[in-house]
Amino acid sequence: MADSAGVEVKPGATVQAPPQAASAGSEASRQRVVSPEYMFFEAPRERAFITGSEAAKEAIRRANVDIAISYPITPQSETMQQVGALWAEGYVKEYYRGEEEFGVMSAIAGASRSGARSLTATAGPGLMRGMEVVASWPGGRMPLVLLIMCRVINAPLSIQPDNAELAYLLNSGNIIFHAENQQDFFDYSLKAFIISEKPEVTLPVAVAVDGFFVTHARGYVMLPPSDIKLTPRDPYHEAIPAMDNENPPARISRDAPIQKSNFISYHVHASWQQEVWAAVERSRKYIDKYMGGLVEIVNPDAETIIVASGSAVSQSREAVRQAEEDLGERIGLIKVRSLRPFPTRELREACKNAKRILVPEFNCVGWLHREVCTALYGYSNAEIIPGPRVFGGISLPTEMILQYIFPDKKFAF
Amino acid sequence: MNKKRFNIRMAGIGGQGVVTASHILSNGMVIMGGESTLVPFFGSEKRLAPVESYVRIAHGKIYEIGEIIYPNVIMIFHPQVITHGKSYTMPFYSGLKPDGVVLINSDQPINLVADEVRELEERNAHIYYLPATTIAREKADTDLATNMAMVGAISAIMGIPDLPSLEQSVKERFLGKGFVVSGGTAALDNVIERKFAKKEQLLKKNMEVISAAYNYAIEHGWAEHRQTATV
Repeated sequence: MADSAGVEVKPGATVQAPPQAASAGSEASRQRVVSPEYMFFEAPRERAFITGSEAAKEAIRRANVDIAISYPITPQSETMQQVGALWAEGYVKEYYRGEEEFGVMSAIAGASRSGARSLTATAGPGLMRGMEVVASWPGGRMPLVLLIMCRVINAPLSIQPDNAELAYLLNSGNIIFHAENQQDFFDYSLKAFIISEKPEVTLPVAVAVDGFFVTHARGYVMLPPSDIKLTPRDPYHEAIPAMDNENPPARISRDAPIQKSNFISYHVHASWQQEVWAAVERSRKYIDKYMGGLVEIVNPDAETIIVASGSAVSQSREAVRQAEEDLGERIGLIKVRSLRPFPTRELREACKNAKRILVPEFNCVGWLHREVCTALYGYSNAEIIPGPRVFGGISLPTEMILQYIFPDKKFAF
Repeated sequence: MNKKRFNIRMAGIGGQGVVTASHILSNGMVIMGGESTLVPFFGSEKRLAPVESYVRIAHGKIYEIGEIIYPNVIMIFHPQVITHGKSYTMPFYSGLKPDGVVLINSDQPINLVADEVRELEERNAHIYYLPATTIAREKADTDLATNMAMVGAISAIMGIPDLPSLEQSVKERFLGKGFVVSGGTAALDNVIERKFAKKEQLLKKNMEVISAAYNYAIEHGWAEHRQTATV
């Protein structure tokens, strides 16, 4: 791997691509284009023991990315640094560091509208800084992928994994996946590009993962070979054609509703946003097809069910295993892969016989608990327990989950 | 019943190789055919500052991630973790599961306050004092091999990973994966050859320390309790 991802540019010098970028004979230039179906399901896979950041790098290596723009923030920096290395090796065509997240999120929007397959990433406070632009992407119908490595956003300041930031993203119109582990982070990131660019979707997709626990820890990841890459983006078969010399900017940006009368403005906004959210729902069939559904369900017949996303799923799996092996009790587990679209109908079906539902979370606000309550209101008689929760980025001990499930037993001193 | 998994919290001070020890233990378990996950405490790594690392090892699948709040094995690499409170987790046994193991690097037992003694007794904790730094000095002529002694003793106590797996793990740690010890030396220039000779010596000494501490643990009957530590 070329470690020299950065290229020094002296004042007055002509900026040139690094010599190895996509040069004839490089490994990147020999990558073969394959269909998403082949990449996701048919290509032989080999097991690697890598960090979440490396898993993201391997996804991007195979994603045929045209442009990546980044701004460093812990714990995201390591991934985008690796993307810089991919650029130096010729796997990513353009790559640069923006001035800060507002600039990055704006620039990547332009890249997406120009028809390029676009990638960016951020974490915690960086997402909050870029949120103004991130919230405008869906209305701009911009297919792109945003990787989010969750970290604390609120004071006291911390760099530890806590996913409160996702609460702010939930109602922005972006599609949002929440990866559990390194394997998910690889698979979801790769699949996000394809889902994002489907004509009836044409929306940005955020792939969130809990920082450090996944990004900086190693796990087993089944990887397809590195000499294949996804089919390129086809920006002329999307809901809004890409801007180029023949296609003017989409009407929303050329004739902004803000220039019209209020009533036209209201009407345009209403129909446009309804269409955005309809497009979010239309992504379901591709999530079903490529990701195995919006949820994964373990022990569906159990009376007590854990509903979780992200790293909380891993902790819950361990609690389910211990409950079964040590206590002889079957506990259900619903892993929420997709936060937007939210698996409302799947949860209603899976929870119809549940008596107790726990929602363990890695944040203090309990956004997933609210989502679950909203989805099940009027459809379930189960007690929906708000927790257990950990704050500030500490791990959620399985003992804490078991304590919530079995309040009469004692799991720790 | 031989328990399938151990959740290990390691505490020491910066420069002792606590994180390296956790890597060697973790990778040793993977080499032995099991599973392992490893999380160092992220923060201000610097010499003499508190360091913690968390390792899960098991024969079966491991799902959990993150710090280990409720360990069944605790390794204290330096007496000052206890006597000076050089630790992120105070007291040093906080969260220890019933019948758990505490391995402490110290030549003689540490005077604990009455509350600590009582709480350790309530948990039925097994406390073992290993002269790890002394063993490191005797066998490798350096304090820096203290971590190897700790790894050797805990391997004897838990029964996993075994010594051949640990040896392979030490090799991979210091030579890198896929390094062929016996071949290809002709192609190496003199500088590399000299480094190679040093690394060979380093590996040998490390393994001597690991074996000595392993035997120390066996001779003192610590391995007899390996079955009692539950998750």
